[in-house]
Amino acid sequence: MLALKLAYRNLMGARLRTWLNVFVLSLAFVVLIWFKGVINGWDDQARRDTIAWQIGGGQYWQENYDPYDPFTIDESHGIISGKIQTAINAGKMTPILIGQATMYPEGRIQSISLRGVDPNQHIIDLPTQYLQSEDGEIPAIIGTRTAKNNKLSVGDFVTIRWRDVNGTFDANEVKITYIFKTDVPVMDLGIVWIPLEQHQEMTRMPNEATILTTSKEDGFIGDFPGWNFKDHYFLLSEIRNMIEMKSIGGSIYFIVLMSLAMLAIFDTQVLSIFRRQKEIGTHIALGMTQRQVVTLFTVEGAMHSVLAAILAAIYGVPLLWLQAVVGWSMPAGTDDFGLTIAETIYPSYSLALVFGTTAIVLITTTVVSYLPARRISKMEPTDAIRGKIQ
Amino acid sequence: MKNGQLITIKELVKDYPVGKGYFRALEDINLTIGEGEFAGLVGPSGSGKTTLLNIVGSLDVPTKGEVNVLGQSIGSLNARQSANLRNHSLGFIFQTYNLLPVYNVFENVELPLLLLKMEKDKRRELVDQALEWVGLQDKRKSRPAQLSGGECQRVSIARAMVKSPKIVLADEPTANLDAKNSHNILQTMEKLNQELKTTFIFATHDDKVIQYLHRKISLDDGRVVNDEQIIKE
Ligand SMILES: Nc1ncnc2c1ncn2[C@@H]1O[C@H](COP(=O)(O)OP(=O)(O)O)[C@@H](O)[C@H]1O
Ligand SMILES: [Mg+2]
Repeated sequence: MLALKLAYRNLMGARLRTWLNVFVLSLAFVVLIWFKGVINGWDDQARRDTIAWQIGGGQYWQENYDPYDPFTIDESHGIISGKIQTAINAGKMTPILIGQATMYPEGRIQSISLRGVDPNQHIIDLPTQYLQSEDGEIPAIIGTRTAKNNKLSVGDFVTIRWRDVNGTFDANEVKITYIFKTDVPVMDLGIVWIPLEQHQEMTRMPNEATILTTSKEDGFIGDFPGWNFKDHYFLLSEIRNMIEMKSIGGSIYFIVLMSLAMLAIFDTQVLSIFRRQKEIGTHIALGMTQRQVVTLFTVEGAMHSVLAAILAAIYGVPLLWLQAVVGWSMPAGTDDFGLTIAETIYPSYSLALVFGTTAIVLITTTVVSYLPARRISKMEPTDAIRGKIQ
Repeated sequence: MKNGQLITIKELVKDYPVGKGYFRALEDINLTIGEGEFAGLVGPSGSGKTTLLNIVGSLDVPTKGEVNVLGQSIGSLNARQSANLRNHSLGFIFQTYNLLPVYNVFENVELPLLLLKMEKDKRRELVDQALEWVGLQDKRKSRPAQLSGGECQRVSIARAMVKSPKIVLADEPTANLDAKNSHNILQTMEKLNQELKTTFIFATHDDKVIQYLHRKISLDDGRVVNDEQIIKE
């Protein structure tokens, strides 16, 4: 196409101005793809880790259980029926009993969530194998965040006080047998994990549980009276919302960069049409219609985005690829905010992301180029040839 | 086209809107221009030379009257048709050269051929030939900014001539040139006129140009006041 060829010549001829515009635009490309890639990577990782560590294929919640209402926790326990037990024995799910307790590390008082989990379970990544009891002590595992907050190390004993089903207080010492590291803070912050049977015994709730976490492969395996199934959509909604917020936040960088680039291109176009009137007139004298000149100038402006895509590919591909391989290290302490985030995020870029970005940039650039170029069709060719300022 | 006339102008009037009224730039022009002429529209500044040339070049339209160029009635052409006429049959040379600053010499001369959608090899051949006509073969890679005024005008002659148009319209082509360069480009155009039978129409008030003309059409105040053939020995 002739307009493409001529537009390319014009752009290449304009050199520095062209490359400045193209560079800013290419930054918009790379930043958007990179940011979206990081967000996607984070989303993937957060989902993966949450599924692996916490929710498996979904959870059955005892009907009173509401994680946002600590006052209901004492009522949120139900009998593990025979049917449920069969599913547990078949490795389709694992029960967890949740209760409130108080921990006294080094004489301080710390409110905790005491959770009983089956030491032999393989449904979630929680390293419950460290909960095998030895010499009559109560083994407990905690996450690195809880360990740090309470200055606890492996081998430490810490006193825990809880109430049984009748409201009677009791206390005992647990021994920290393992400190695990997880990217899922809700499995760590303020939680002490102990063997399920021990917990049932302590609270006098034999054969009871609060939630039943199903295996990734199984998920929903039928209705159990008194238990409500919570699927991934529900259980991951918090992550989804957080990722969405981050996405919007990140889009602002893109919008700023895009606006910058669009402003530069719009300005270039307006200036071009003003300064290059003689050129416009000459094109008309040489046999172009005004409409063809409008097209030429529009293509010329829009071509910035094509060059930007190429430039972005040249420096962006190795950069983004490197990021995807080495990952992007989160600043130290990010995980203390309670976000489900790994120390290193591996961005994941999709074809849809790359093509979507390219399409957005191309369309925007074309529109921004066309708007000022329309003026050309209103010019008098004879005035344009003389470069008469209108 | 009757009797080998390329251009026939009858009772042409051109008014420009000015404020609430209009300004009459051309009044009752009647002219015919034939093949191979080397004619000039001569007259003082503001006499209507450029206006007439632009109408013949289909860049502007008559207010009244009939202007026929190569069988086409200028007033009735649509944008596409008038662009086609210019593209195929008309060459333009401007006082200010109007070269594209970001194109090199070769690309400037090549542009009309690109618009004609000509093959690459053919374009190269024709551009080479046109550059030879004006003696600029060794400047093909230069940009206009690196050329003298005389060289620029030669490039613009090459650009006008490269497609071997029927008619070349040259508006004050020497106005920005010194005497030596003026003579040089006039001799070039005279030679092309003789060899290729291209019709040249100048708009000028430069005596250096006038002395080369074979026909001098004098304009004053938008009217033709004199039209004389100049016999060269
Ligand atoms: N676009 C226009 N609008 C109004 N008046 C114009 C326009 N173009 C030319 N004129 C007027 O028409 C007259 C003839 O102009 P022009 O053809 O440029 O003369 P020349 O080329 O002989 O110097 C001048 O008085 C000029 O001011
Ligand atoms: Mg003039």
